Amino acid sequence: MAPLLTINHLNVDFALRSNTLRAINDVSLSIEQGERLGIVGESGAGKSVLGFSIINLISKPGYIESGEVIFQGRDLSSYSDEQMRTIRGNQISMIFQDPMMTLNPVLTIGCQMRETLMAHQKISADKANEICIKKLRKVYIPSPEKRLKQYPHEFSGGMRQRIVIAISLLTDPSLIIADEPTTALDVTIQAEIMDLLLELCKTNNMGLILITHDLAVVSQISQRIAVMYAGTIVELGPTSQISSSPQHPYTIGLLNALPQRAGSSKRLNQIPGVMPGLAKIPAGCPFSNRCSLVEDLCRSKRPALEAKQTGIQVACHLVK
Amino acid sequence: MTSTVLVSIRNLVKYFDISGGWLEQLRFTGGRIVRQRDVVKAVNNVSFDINRGETVSVVGESGCGKSTLARTVMGLYPPNSGEIYYQGKRIDGLSEKHLKPYRTKMQMVFQDPYASLNPRMTVEKILKEPIRFHHPEMNRDMVEEKIIHVMKQVGIDPDWRDRHPHEFSGGQRQRISIARALTIDPDFIVADEPIAALDVSIQAQILNLLMELQQDNNLTYLFISHDLSVVRHISDKVAVMYLGTLCEFGETAQLFAGPQHPYTRALLSAIPKIGERFSHTRLQGDVPTPINLPPGCVFNTRCPHAKDVCLRHLPDLTRQQDGSFVACHGVAEGWLA
Repeated sequence: MAPLLTINHLNVDFALRSNTLRAINDVSLSIEQGERLGIVGESGAGKSVLGFSIINLISKPGYIESGEVIFQGRDLSSYSDEQMRTIRGNQISMIFQDPMMTLNPVLTIGCQMRETLMAHQKISADKANEICIKKLRKVYIPSPEKRLKQYPHEFSGGMRQRIVIAISLLTDPSLIIADEPTTALDVTIQAEIMDLLLELCKTNNMGLILITHDLAVVSQISQRIAVMYAGTIVELGPTSQISSSPQHPYTIGLLNALPQRAGSSKRLNQIPGVMPGLAKIPAGCPFSNRCSLVEDLCRSKRPALEAKQTGIQVACHLVK
Repeated sequence: MTSTVLVSIRNLVKYFDISGGWLEQLRFTGGRIVRQRDVVKAVNNVSFDINRGETVSVVGESGCGKSTLARTVMGLYPPNSGEIYYQGKRIDGLSEKHLKPYRTKMQMVFQDPYASLNPRMTVEKILKEPIRFHHPEMNRDMVEEKIIHVMKQVGIDPDWRDRHPHEFSGGQRQRISIARALTIDPDFIVADEPIAALDVSIQAQILNLLMELQQDNNLTYLFISHDLSVVRHISDKVAVMYLGTLCEFGETAQLFAGPQHPYTRALLSAIPKIGERFSHTRLQGDVPTPINLPPGCVFNTRCPHAKDVCLRHLPDLTRQQDGSFVACHGVAEGWLA
């Protein structure tokens, strides 16, 4: 069966007055029907830009320079805005970080939910209401009939994120892109939202791209993980393998920097330096200026993401 | 290490009146106009001790009062009642003038290094200000020397002292904030979510720095965080707060190995762990607002074990056999397995 979504050699550029910066550099990945993929990286790694470029939401001065985004056999990167509207929020939904920012504070929940539904389907308001109630029930909002008439400020943070999830489910999408959906939430609420996302993906056979900086969160619900650094994927493979035996020096460093991994020693393993800005990405391997294993080859030639002996894809000259 | 108590917090209470002017306090209930005050009960009757050289962490979800607690201990908010002792001397309610000698011993590091450094000051000015204020007797060379010394300590090249905060990355800025706290050689540092705004690889750098500085300068930390895995790594003792109330206080290893309070258990089970499937204790509902605290135990609305007594009486923080403190009827009466 053809994959649900395939990204081939995607490049996203931001044209500034003085120069052009490449935010996404030659990214290729695919996701199967019902698969859960996690994209992890630090701030500025390009994870959100990648998420936005899938649904063609890159705003100026950014643009997709080359590459294709194939969703169910159609190349979305060539779609017009008009055509994209039939996909966005319909077949592919997106969930954002802060539910207070994504819900309109002056409209009731019901109004916002019906609006989404009626934009995509020709149905009556009554029928739309019915579907909204059904979806709210699915995300465990108690007494949804009453809740539909309330405004976002009448809900807690966790409830708001549930409502955002309910909105994203309205049109039964086959793919959900969740960009840091739990970062603004507390740890006990985060656990509940993650539980909910996992359950919904399983019951609806929905694909999920989970974008986050938190390796631990990703490792709990995704089947595969892509690690991003400075606009490229440096490692891509099954979650169990990446969390138990990462190959790329950056992934190893990232995992070892977590307090859980420090073991008995008090000192944490740190990666020296910071991730370079887009204008200062070193030639050759983007990680070469922070890598402890760096060799001459790394400084001159950019490693490609390719399958190594262990079966996972790694972009590193040193991994065999 | 001798365990002498450095800071002692006794029955600390901090309320915020959010009812506004008297016109805003008017409510129409039951056919009559009544005047009603809304009070946020941010910190309720919290007591614990911090020993010299220790790191005590306060954890809890947002809105549980951990930052208010930190600021009240620092003397930034006057407490409504309760006492704060520093080396056995009571410091709450002191006038600014009498508090000043203690202020030189207590410093604070804030969460957001973008908001806590003045963007219009150079690093040198930022670091000079506390020295000038607390040690006006120091001459220019001594100040200069001190600034270079603290910059080296936190790993910022002293040649950059003429730069402004915007020229530094988030991690470097947090180093500068830490340097500012160190300029006047404090004994006690309150760090309010010092790494929450930073990336994982930078978090490790700052945590290592904090631990090194603690060793070198014999510092005592009150560390505020919501990140339990970080807390587990760096602290000697942990205080778990919920809705302004202390639920559990104990040695880190003990608390993480055998949490006793139902809230601590739920909180610990919710930490995502790499390579493990999800299995967390589900809590019903959300955190109630601190304006309308439920009667009885503050956790009773979400506690899976709540009994009648929990709905009526607020449990006291009681010392357990293993030396930890827990505020739970179930633990005290032994019916909570």
